[in-house]
Parts: sequence; C-alpha cells; structure tokens
Amino acid sequence: MNAAQVVLPALGPALPELILAVGALVLILYGAFKGEKSTEGVTVGTLIVLILALFAVVSQPLGAKVTTLNGAFIVDGFARVMKSLVLLGSAAALLLARDLFERERIARFEYPILILLSTIGMLIMVSANDLIALYMGLELQSLAAYVIASFHRDNVRSTEAGLKYFVLGALSSGMLLYGASLIYGFTGSVSFPGIVTALRETSGLGVILGIVFVSAGVAFKLAAVPFHMWTPDVYEGAPTPVTAFFASAPKMAAMAMAVRVFVGAFPAVTDQWQQIIVFVSIASMALGSFAAIGQRNLKRLMAYSSIGNVGYALIGLAAGTEEGVRGVVIYMAIYLAMTLGAFAVILSLRRGRQMFETIDDLSGLSRTHPWIAFLLAMMMFSLAGIPPLAGFFAKFYVFAAAIKAGLFTLAVIGVVTSVVGAYYYLRLVKVMYFDEPQGGYEPMAPGLRIVLGLSSVVVVLFWLVPAPLVGAAGVAARSLF
Amino acid sequence: MIGLSHYLTVAAILFTLGVLGIFINRKNIIVILMSVELILLAVNINLVAFSTHLGDIVGQVFALFVLTVAAAEAAIGLAILVVFFRNRGSIAVEDVNMMKG
Repeated sequence: MNAAQVVLPALGPALPELILAVGALVLILYGAFKGEKSTEGVTVGTLIVLILALFAVVSQPLGAKVTTLNGAFIVDGFARVMKSLVLLGSAAALLLARDLFERERIARFEYPILILLSTIGMLIMVSANDLIALYMGLELQSLAAYVIASFHRDNVRSTEAGLKYFVLGALSSGMLLYGASLIYGFTGSVSFPGIVTALRETSGLGVILGIVFVSAGVAFKLAAVPFHMWTPDVYEGAPTPVTAFFASAPKMAAMAMAVRVFVGAFPAVTDQWQQIIVFVSIASMALGSFAAIGQRNLKRLMAYSSIGNVGYALIGLAAGTEEGVRGVVIYMAIYLAMTLGAFAVILSLRRGRQMFETIDDLSGLSRTHPWIAFLLAMMMFSLAGIPPLAGFFAKFYVFAAAIKAGLFTLAVIGVVTSVVGAYYYLRLVKVMYFDEPQGGYEPMAPGLRIVLGLSSVVVVLFWLVPAPLVGAAGVAARSLF
Repeated sequence: MIGLSHYLTVAAILFTLGVLGIFINRKNIIVILMSVELILLAVNINLVAFSTHLGDIVGQVFALFVLTVAAAEAAIGLAILVVFFRNRGSIAVEDVNMMKG
C-alpha cells in the first residue's frame, strides 16, 4: 500500500503573509513571557516584521502573476501594489499610537500584535482568489479590528465603539457569506475563475441576488452608504490612533477586495453590478459632503470625509475599465497619505494629558504652531481637491475614467459634491488662520512627526514626480484585465 | 420529496429571522449575538444543501470554515460585551447610546 503522496503547495508567493504570521506568533510568545514590560520591544519588533513583509512584497517582480494553494491565493501586480499600501498604513498606525498609549497608560503589547493579525487578514483579502479565502481574510481582519476598537477597555466610549463595530460587522459578514453561498450554489464554484466561466454561460436570478448580498457586505466594510451608520460612532469612540488605523489600512484592503470581487469574479455581469456601485458611489459622496457640514468633532468629521472619499474611489470601480481601476489605486494611495497626515495633526493637539478633538480647538493654530497648521491646511486643500496638490490628481484620474466609460452623470455629481465638501475642509483652514488662538499645544511626538512628514511629502510634491505611483497603478490595473 | 428548494427556503427564513432579530430587538445584546449565530447557521444550511445538490465537496468544506469562524466570533463578541458591561453596568440595547450616530 502506497502512502498517499502529499504535495506541499508552493508557499513562496505567500512569503509576506508567512513573515507576518510567524512574526506575530514569536512576538506574542515574547510578550507573554516578558509581561507588561515588553510593550516597547514588541512594538519595535512589529515594525521590523511589517518592514520585512514590505520588502518581501516589493522584491517580487511587479507584473508577474502567480497562483498557489490550489488557486485560492493569487499574487499579481494589483495584489502587490495594494499590499504595499496596506503595510504602510499599518506601520503608520503603530507609529501614531505609541506616544498616546504610553501617556494614557494603555500601552499593552497586545496592540501591535492585533495590528499584525489584522494586517495578515488584509493581505489575504487582497490576494484572495476564491470565496473561502476571501471570507477567512475578511474575518481575520475584522475580528482583530473589533478588539482594537475597544482597546481602551476602561473607557465607556471605546467599549461601546467596539460593541457597535462588532454587531454591525458580524451582520455584514453574515450578509456577505449568504451572498457567497448563493453564488456558490448557482455557479457551482467558489473560485473566481470558475465563477467567471460559469457566468459566461448562464446568469440566473440566484446569482444576481448573491451579488447584491455580497455588495452589501463589501459596502459595510468600505463604510459606503447605505451601510455607513457604524462609521461616525466607531471613529469617535475608538482611541484616536485606532481611528487612524481604521481610516487607512482596512480601507485599502476593503477597496482591493471590492475590485477583486467585482472585476475579477463578475466581469460577465458588469451591467448588473455597475448599477449598484453607481448608486452606492453617488449616495456616499452626497452623504459624505452634506452630513459633515454640521460636525464639530474632528474624528466624526474625518469619518464623514472617509465615507465621501470611498464614494469618489468607487467612481473608478463603477467605470469597470482598466483606467477606472488605475484611478481607484491612485485614489486610495493618495487618500492614505492625506488621512494619515490629518490624523497625525489631530493626535498632536494636547496639553498635558488632555486631548482636544473639536474643530474649535484648532483656532489660531497658525500662530502657535505655524508648520503644523500649514501642513494640515495642505491636507485639507488636498482633500478638497485643489490643484496642484495630490488630492486633485486623485479625483482627476477617477473622473476621467468615468467620463471615458460614458458615466457623465456620475462624474458631474462627483464634481458638485466635491465643491460642497470643500466648504468644510476650507472651514478648518479658516479656523486655523483667522480665529483667535486658544493657547499652544505640546510639541509633536517623534512618531507623529515621521508620519506627518512623509504624508506631506506625498501630498505636496506628488505633482513633481507622479510617475512611480501612476506607473505602479497602471501595472496593477493591467493585471486584472 | 424534500428537495433543494425546501432547504433554501428554510435557510432564507432563518436568515431573515436573524436580520430582523438584530434590527427589531430592543431589549438585550445577547439576543443580537444569537441572531448573528442564526444568520451564520442559515448560511451553513445553504452551503450544505448546495453541496449535496451539486455533488461537490467544497460547500461542506466552506461550512466547516464558517463554523470555526462563528465560534471565534462569538468568543470575541462575548468578551467585548463583558468589557462593556463592566463600564456601563447594563447590556440593554437602549443603553448603547453614548454616541449618537
């Protein structure tokens, strides 16, 4: 009797995920043995692991397409670009958290490890090539995120944010899963290439229903209207560095997942899902710009801003073309820089142990902290889409793709809502430059300086050297078509 | 003869009950956790029914993954609930209202 031959799947393409997983296990053991004193070491270790994984992603040739694990896991140009963005976002979230958590005495070694676990989930979401891998990645990302949201466990707001995030997140993954089961049943396959082949022949009502449920789940993770209601509460309640994390890395992964599912698995029924995405996009842009006008809290404002920004990025997906996907990648990369920069400034507003997070606390910042005020103003001008800052080009690429695909209404609504959105971004600039100062804040922590500096470089100087990002996004988009 | 459509109908009813349980329930967060489980079990019925109908094992593998994740999800949900209860002293749905959204 021959022993059944077990063939180990090629693990090389999954090297970044393996580095993170092994790193997380080693660090959790180190933390468990060393106790509370290990926070510093675990944080540094996590940063090193994230950077190693980033090198592993970047060192592979950008355009090459490899599948492994029986076709469940795909690494192509798109995956590499989005993975780099996710890893950068996670590393920035760690840098932003260090100083504040130490002051609040909630610096525990679990935080960097949870970020690591969540990052593994995100990388798997980006690389998923079948519904099972997609679901596992999504859950790994979300389960770690629920815990991070309630990380300040003695604080009512933080735990409430975690609870709300958990309930609505569980509901959303349930909906996504129900849609996945319908798609499996009516196409007979869970793998994306298999679904593509099956849909070329027939596409019944069952599959369309499945796509609707999957879109609902995806919209939840993206915080797009009509599934956005958790966002402002979770963003306000969670500790600010955690909010910065939620607004950056998971957004990249969720958008990559949306592109992977819609463009990668359902190209045969583009007409059907295009309507859904167009609606979600218009609703998100409108809500993001109108609902933000009345907000006084900076974190809530950033929540509505992120809802609006997801709407703009979805314009590119709605186009459903290679150009559109390129626009999405460029938009998300620039959005990452703008959001992280804005949060670095919000995190620097403190006197002693007290944090300030309303718009009025920014008043007169230009006189007390001219540099911080100038950089935040640049972020706000960029979010409003004023040339020659990066945010203008981000919007330009998605609008251009939409117009080429014949979606004129969508592009016009996008321009109109970005004018409305400019009102509240520019109001922040007005408060900083023309209102009476309320007294200075403490100097910025080194971690915040690094993040603010790097993101300002991207936002302010993107127009000088757009080629690397635009080129990488082009390769990423080409790999999907 | 009980066929695929019967299983799908039961799953659809369970799924709807789960979603309604989350939105209509005004009392207790534990009920919400139970509703979440109901949704996941509805999905499992779907997956296993499709798997037998198609003669394809992948659906049952998927169902096993879902069961595992559901267990992890329930554990994390209860942990967050305990932490919330310690701070707020209540797990009634109307007390989850520190932030208005």
